[in-house]
Amino acid sequence: MTELIQIKDLKVHYPIRSGFFNRVTDYVYAVDGVNFTIEKGKTYGLVGESGSGKSTIGKAIVGLEKTTSGQILYDGKDVTKRSARHAIGYNKDVQMIFQDAMSSLNPKKRVIDIIAEPIRNFERLSDQEEKKKVKSLLDIVGMPEDALYKYPHEFSGGQRQRLGVARAVATNPKLIVADEPVSALDLSVQAQVLNFMKRIQEEYGLSYLFISHDLGVVKYMCDTIAIMTKGRFVEIGTREEIYTNPQHIYTKRLLSAIPKIDVAHRKEHMETRRKVDQEYHTLQKEYYDEAGRVYDLQTLNATHQVALRNVESEGV
Amino acid sequence: MSAKGSLLEINNLNTGFRIKDEYYNAVDNVSLTLAKNEILAIVGESGCGKSTLATTIMGLHNAQNTRIEGEIFYKDLDLTKLNEVLYNKIRGNDIGMIFQDPLSALNPLMRIEDQIAESLSYHTSLTKAQQEQRVLELLDQVGIPNPKRVAKQYPHELSGGMRQRVIIAIAISCKPPIIIADEPTTALDVTIQAQILDLLKNLQEETEAGIILITHDLGVVAEMADRVAVMYAGQIVEQATVEELFTNPQHPYTRSLLNSIPREDEFEQELHVIEGTVPSLKNLPRTGCRFAPRIPWIAAEEHEENPELHEVSPDHWVRCTCYKHFHFRDEEGEA
Repeated sequence: MTELIQIKDLKVHYPIRSGFFNRVTDYVYAVDGVNFTIEKGKTYGLVGESGSGKSTIGKAIVGLEKTTSGQILYDGKDVTKRSARHAIGYNKDVQMIFQDAMSSLNPKKRVIDIIAEPIRNFERLSDQEEKKKVKSLLDIVGMPEDALYKYPHEFSGGQRQRLGVARAVATNPKLIVADEPVSALDLSVQAQVLNFMKRIQEEYGLSYLFISHDLGVVKYMCDTIAIMTKGRFVEIGTREEIYTNPQHIYTKRLLSAIPKIDVAHRKEHMETRRKVDQEYHTLQKEYYDEAGRVYDLQTLNATHQVALRNVESEGV
Repeated sequence: MSAKGSLLEINNLNTGFRIKDEYYNAVDNVSLTLAKNEILAIVGESGCGKSTLATTIMGLHNAQNTRIEGEIFYKDLDLTKLNEVLYNKIRGNDIGMIFQDPLSALNPLMRIEDQIAESLSYHTSLTKAQQEQRVLELLDQVGIPNPKRVAKQYPHELSGGMRQRVIIAIAISCKPPIIIADEPTTALDVTIQAQILDLLKNLQEETEAGIILITHDLGVVAEMADRVAVMYAGQIVEQATVEELFTNPQHPYTRSLLNSIPREDEFEQELHVIEGTVPSLKNLPRTGCRFAPRIPWIAAEEHEENPELHEVSPDHWVRCTCYKHFHFRDEEGEA
């Protein structure tokens, strides 16, 4: 089996407290019953609008968020509990790249200390070895050696994000959760960071969980893509399936909303977008149940799943 | 490049910021025109001076720390020469501005209706009742459902898309002939972005306003603009109609930028990366081609000594002569 991580019926609910005694009156269903598997060496895209729960899934996998129910299996072992994670070196094997590089790097620490921190947690290296290792990590992300003794504020946004990548790779992880790693960056800098991420993947055989709202970037990076809204998946499929044969109206609407660089056909594009948007509003009942919740996923084929009430009547 | 009947005409505009007794130009010798019923997009990466250009037109800079040279003509009136009192008559009434971050552009302690009515009471002689009526009209015009309720709400009660609609309502409240939109959709989700862009386009068609759309998103440019100016390090490096710019880009910077977008069908290929970094304001070379350090494989003699804008075809302007000989590093150079 090449399955690295399996997520079974994951739920993360936040309590809403109110009233005089601050009692729990309701819950926010940030993630509400999500299943998927991550295989070795592949990139998974998690796409959704803000508030859809995509970052919460990422945090839950890394262990920054308590799960309400459900299981996270790593190599077949349950790592939902903190103690279980520790025993099998899960924290070493799963790392994270954050969206805002500046606030995820300690401004008082030098680059060498920032990047060596995860190494110090898990390995015992001499100062010399550690320095050598950090140098090689800087080299991987294309940073010069003299960056070692600098502080985060001395770097540009793209360089900071590359430091974040170097830190995430430091412990030779098997999975990196990348939460919007390039959305704060300019186009040419974004290209740089994405190139490094791809190169590192080829070198180390990593898996990525790539969380983003940018469908263009996701298309470039990911093998399998999951579209999410209101804490649930509406569609999972390979890149081709999602982009050429989307089944759920939500996916269609999201895809049609991306601005296209095709000046000659912009009128047509705008019309399709409006048509799909209208469809989205008129067909609410078809695609969501009475409570406005997304249906459970139905299997179309081995890789393509979509949340529909009844697949047969759709005539797929 | 002055055009007859243009709404706004900017000639050789320089905006310099003071760093320790010296002024460094963030906007360097920019000339632009904006016609009626036209969307002019200004594209560039962060730090290229596109937002500074917008705030200069709006006169939002502190005179003590900035030096503004050149002319901004609006109806035979040079905006750079105006004092604060006169400028306040122009702002909102003749030029409306849409800001990037709607939450920080709105006053958190004022109801929506009061924020919109603020510019109405300043610029128009409407009575209180008329103002209220107009506020509801405006909220309806920008596609806010249930304007009566929203008018009484505070900014924190609205979603990001709704707040941006309120900002647009404020910007168009006095029907200004010019609207400056500074990254109006950058903070929004794609579906909301599509709605806001549609809204802007419809408003423009209705009022025939001229819009300066500042963005870094080339997709938005391709969808919205009539004309495009590409900025790099404070200068305009290329200017053309939108069709021309995307089908026949000339300047190395434009070509590199277009090349670094993740493409539809090239998953295996690496993305194009522009070498080096954008120089900081202080370290910016003020002579020669500013893009030259980032394309070191192009020989120095291909660049102009003092790069100027050349008209390569009607209404298509390119700075410096290096575009004639430019090729990407992995391509063979033309002999």
